[in-house]
Amino acid sequence: MSTMAVPDIAVAPVDEGFWTRSRKVGLTLLALGLLSAVLFGALATDQQARFTLSDDAAGAALEINGTIGAILFGIITIAAGAALLAGVPKRWFLPVLGVGLVAFVLSFLCWQVSAAPTGQNFMPLVNIIRGTFILALPLIFGALAGVLCERSGVVNVAIEGQLLMGAFSGALFGSISGSVWVGLVAAAIGGAFISLLLAVFAIRYLVDQVVMGIVLNLLAVGVTGFLYERLMQTDAAKYNSAPRFSNWEIPLLKDIPVLGPALFRGNIFLYLGLLLVLVIHIGLFRTRWGLRTRSVGEHPIAADTLGVKVLRVRYRNVLLAGVVAGIGGASYTLALYSFTKNMIGGKGFIALAALIFGRWNPTGALLAALFFGFADQLATYLGAINSVIPSQFLAMLPYLATILAVAGLVGRVRAPAADGKPYIKG
Amino acid sequence: MEPGEIHALLGENGAGKSTLMNVLYGLYQPDEGEILVDGKPLKLKGPSDAIGAGIGMVHQHFMLVPVFTVTENIMLGAEQIRGGIAGFLDRRRARREVTEVSERYNLRVDPDAVIEDLPVGIQQRVEIVKALTRDVDLLILDEPTAVLTPQETEELLTVMRSLKAAGKSIVFITHKLGEVKAIADRITVIRRGKTVGTASPEASRDELAALMVGRNVRLTVDKTPATPGEPVLEVAGLVVDDDRQIRAVDGVDLTVRAGEVLGVAGVQGNGQTELIEAIMGLRPALAGTISLAGDRINGWKPKRVLRAGVGYVPEDRSVDGLIKEFSVAENLVLDIYDRPPFGAGLALKPDAIAASAKERIEQFDVRTSSADAAVGTLSGGNQQKVIVARELSRPLKLLIAAQPTRGVDVGSIEFIHSQVIRERDIGTAVLVVSSELDEVIGLADRIAVMYRGRIIGIVGPDTPREEIGLLMAGIGPDAAHDAIAAPAADKPGAATAVDKPAAADGGPASDAGSASEDEA
Repeated sequence: MSTMAVPDIAVAPVDEGFWTRSRKVGLTLLALGLLSAVLFGALATDQQARFTLSDDAAGAALEINGTIGAILFGIITIAAGAALLAGVPKRWFLPVLGVGLVAFVLSFLCWQVSAAPTGQNFMPLVNIIRGTFILALPLIFGALAGVLCERSGVVNVAIEGQLLMGAFSGALFGSISGSVWVGLVAAAIGGAFISLLLAVFAIRYLVDQVVMGIVLNLLAVGVTGFLYERLMQTDAAKYNSAPRFSNWEIPLLKDIPVLGPALFRGNIFLYLGLLLVLVIHIGLFRTRWGLRTRSVGEHPIAADTLGVKVLRVRYRNVLLAGVVAGIGGASYTLALYSFTKNMIGGKGFIALAALIFGRWNPTGALLAALFFGFADQLATYLGAINSVIPSQFLAMLPYLATILAVAGLVGRVRAPAADGKPYIKG
Repeated sequence: MEPGEIHALLGENGAGKSTLMNVLYGLYQPDEGEILVDGKPLKLKGPSDAIGAGIGMVHQHFMLVPVFTVTENIMLGAEQIRGGIAGFLDRRRARREVTEVSERYNLRVDPDAVIEDLPVGIQQRVEIVKALTRDVDLLILDEPTAVLTPQETEELLTVMRSLKAAGKSIVFITHKLGEVKAIADRITVIRRGKTVGTASPEASRDELAALMVGRNVRLTVDKTPATPGEPVLEVAGLVVDDDRQIRAVDGVDLTVRAGEVLGVAGVQGNGQTELIEAIMGLRPALAGTISLAGDRINGWKPKRVLRAGVGYVPEDRSVDGLIKEFSVAENLVLDIYDRPPFGAGLALKPDAIAASAKERIEQFDVRTSSADAAVGTLSGGNQQKVIVARELSRPLKLLIAAQPTRGVDVGSIEFIHSQVIRERDIGTAVLVVSSELDEVIGLADRIAVMYRGRIIGIVGPDTPREEIGLLMAGIGPDAAHDAIAAPAADKPGAATAVDKPAAADGGPASDAGSASEDEA
């Protein structure tokens, strides 16, 4: 066919020079490793740092001398950093980075645990893992709501409001009906209600999606706060004492050491959250729904020319996001606490951070949420052992990590191309 | 439309070609009238109806999701599904179909390649395969050659012929007369939303052009041989990165002398934009020197460059050249609003601005309801005239015009070209960058061809188009060090570097003119 082979016109390859991203990260890791080996090593005491495999000090434990541990894990971090600096194959980048960071955290823990007041030189792993997941749970639901929404091209800043509305309506209708299931459905509808407002204003009336999201958050705080004071508090027994999902033990899995008691004796929300991550991940990348969702979020005009109903896909996804976030809100009021004013307290925004940190990917969002949850749990733990590290520092971690992520330290973060851009036909 | 026919739809920019086809493809709804397929009226609610009726379209701006693979793009909207209601994608079957169709019509594509990594020529092939997998009988190609090199265009025409042989009908939308004559069985000319005539491909270019614009236009640029003087712009070893920090200009040397037009030809995206932005101070030069009449201007702010006597017609007027919400009068003084007589201290002088605007509007034939009308309400051609009027109203040493007639009607093209030549004749150095090869050939006294950030050759305007086309595709005397295994590189005399100005080659208007006919 072709009369002449024309060489493909492509962009000239990027000449990054010596300082590739991998090397820069390696250098950072190396510096962290040095810091931990020297500083943490010097500050740690000779006490045994015990990581118990239970909820308290009892039972089997992993033990290591504090000073030795801090230095040893610091050296592992140094080694990981040096490996990246020397240059490793691309597919090894993430594993090596992971090992380096985990070793850094362990070095830190060796110092903290060994320096704790006598008698408290232990860290109960089961407790920490369970706490991490519980604290991460609203983030997981929230971030998944973000994934659903933003993959179809609608920015979801209203996660906070969706969680809050879910928590509120779950508590209210759960209390009135006396049924957790009614509460759960009501929570989903509550979240979807905020989503519906977002969808209508963003998709139909082309209101700026970020502004709309913020307004909806304020609306949710206002409405639930008002009803809390004027309705719930008038008769808390009737309106704010929702039944709670009891813990379900999963046969076999519950007997796995550490993980069993930490994860598989939990409540329905934990299982549901993890299941949703899996379902949405597969859905997004393996099904027709996912292909269309992503196409609408990347290039809606192209999708339209192929007969994909752009607006319908967006409405559906935004509403689904509300349902997911609403259930996430109920993970508070139908399992842990009774409703209080503004009880989500900014978790929706951390979920947004997890979404970005996880690169708009369900699995990535899960890992980011767990990381943030761990930071949160660690702050609690450090408070309990009278650590010298102010807990506020750990509370800053999610936001700091997000800034680093957006700055490109964890690879190029690329939002769906049409995220936040309304689609106007014709 | 008949089966197995290539029907060209010819018309100027804005004549309504694309709108008509978008209606045919179900993207827009007709206000009146009906579409008949096989004698039956067809009501299209959306593109899926059109696809169902056997109509496929390759849009001017490709409708491909850049982060998807070829297969994903092709299957989108018509997915192969297994697993019932869950709707799991059957990628293997989709892949097989892509391979089958692309082999059947000899349109090689890698089903697993990601679109954003592919060159435009291949992307277009993907678009065609996409339409063909949907079993279309009628394929609409909207300005398919706008982004292609001459060689890629030739390949596309071959593909169109083979599709025709396979019994597909093709609507070929274009404003390039040469291609129409080469391929069409029948030609319909559209002007201002109306069919103004049909013609057979035997009709002469002049006849077709006259139909398109409704009057006889000169298709050549009248000019006398240039009389080049001292070098005004000298660029040496220039290196510039694009927005993604990818090398876009990679060691460019060029000189523009007073009183000559240097044309830069090349397929879009080979560094032309970055070259000009670096000269204007809009983008940092990473290496090399840029000097204007002997002064080194590296690192100068754009304002200082402009004040030093450089006129700049940016390539995308809607982004860089105009403030659409501002009035014509305001846009005409954007460069010197703070100088007398238009400004004094903190104040503007509205009277002086209005008076000057009136004068410019007349002089440059800007068709506007008034000087106070927002520039955004003007037609493309008149917007461009506002920019040209503004830039040529200062005494210039150097005029840089990037895509000076993109999206401009034929009448305005003629006018803008004559203004550029007039500026040359009063001794200004002119640098014209255009992706329309015909425009470059028509205007330039010397032509520099850019490929992958380098000037791959400098030739006279009388060089055959095919040779320039080869250079544009990176095949030329300088290509060897570009590490391109070019099968045609041994073609003798593909292009000879001509450092002397065109006057020495005796390349007056007659030569340039014959090639610039397609421009309409």
